Amino acid sequence: MKNERPREGKARVEEDTKPQKITASLNKTATSFAQVFPILIGVMLLISLILVLVPQSFYGAVFTGDEIFDPLVGALIGSVAAGNPITSYIIGGELLDRGVSLLAVTAFIAAWVTVGIAQLPAEGMVLGKRFALIRNVISFLSAVLVAILTSLTLELIWP
Amino acid sequence: MTIRNPTAKHFLALLTAIYLGLAAVDFDIFLRAISVFTKLLSNVLPILALVLLIMSLLNLKIKPRIAKRMLGKGSGLKGWTFAVVGGILSSGPVYVWYPLLADLREEGMRDSLVAAFMYARAIKIPMIPLLVYYFGWNFTLLFTLYLLIFSVLNGLLVERLTER
Repeated sequence: MKNERPREGKARVEEDTKPQKITASLNKTATSFAQVFPILIGVMLLISLILVLVPQSFYGAVFTGDEIFDPLVGALIGSVAAGNPITSYIIGGELLDRGVSLLAVTAFIAAWVTVGIAQLPAEGMVLGKRFALIRNVISFLSAVLVAILTSLTLELIWP
Repeated sequence: MTIRNPTAKHFLALLTAIYLGLAAVDFDIFLRAISVFTKLLSNVLPILALVLLIMSLLNLKIKPRIAKRMLGKGSGLKGWTFAVVGGILSSGPVYVWYPLLADLREEGMRDSLVAAFMYARAIKIPMIPLLVYYFGWNFTLLFTLYLLIFSVLNGLLVERLTER
């Protein structure tokens, strides 16, 4: 009689057949994705708007040549900008040609990929507001620090 | 993953309203933005499909206790390696990876590793030749090295500050 009792809990879960497990896994993924889908569409709409409204010529116009101020401006512009990192390298290369310091350009390209103001609402909704805010602030400061360290080390090793 | 859906819907509704306003004010800019959005969406869809596949496989194969062992508090060097290498290898925009990160975090992934994954995405192996072309080998080497170091430092600091 002992064997006839239906199993429950962990034992029951372990007895799930492979198709049942696959269905459960797909259901879980679909539920997660359905929750996040409106946010993804929203952030893509926001990025598209930024890409259309902010011309690439804008990036060159905001640097003043100030050694202290420019890296902060670079990190700030990189944080607000959106798009493929390739674009940041191309703009960065052009900025260097126009005489903008390597320090400012490095902060710009570092912030472009590590800080996301446009993605901040989406990041906050999915990963938590506190986490998103702290992560982006620290990444902004890191972009400036990475720029300073890269420029200093370059000058020290290959003057 | 727990998201307050009304917030997500409000976010989308706000952007839809902005687009409708834009269409009324300047239809040409509206069309350009829609065209950029369509291109962005078509670029993102294959990566999104990859993320969904990874999420399904993880849900199927990796039990929460295994995820916790690999990426949780006691994961140590192995956890950091998974996060940093995963970040470097992950392609596409960062927001595509949010659902996967949220799922893994719900199963025990440390905040520090989530932050490290997101920071390490700054290192783009396929784009290194372009970086070398514009900035030279020496710069590329140092820049990549510092990004790698800062992905770990960022992770540690974010976890310290997000702890309640």
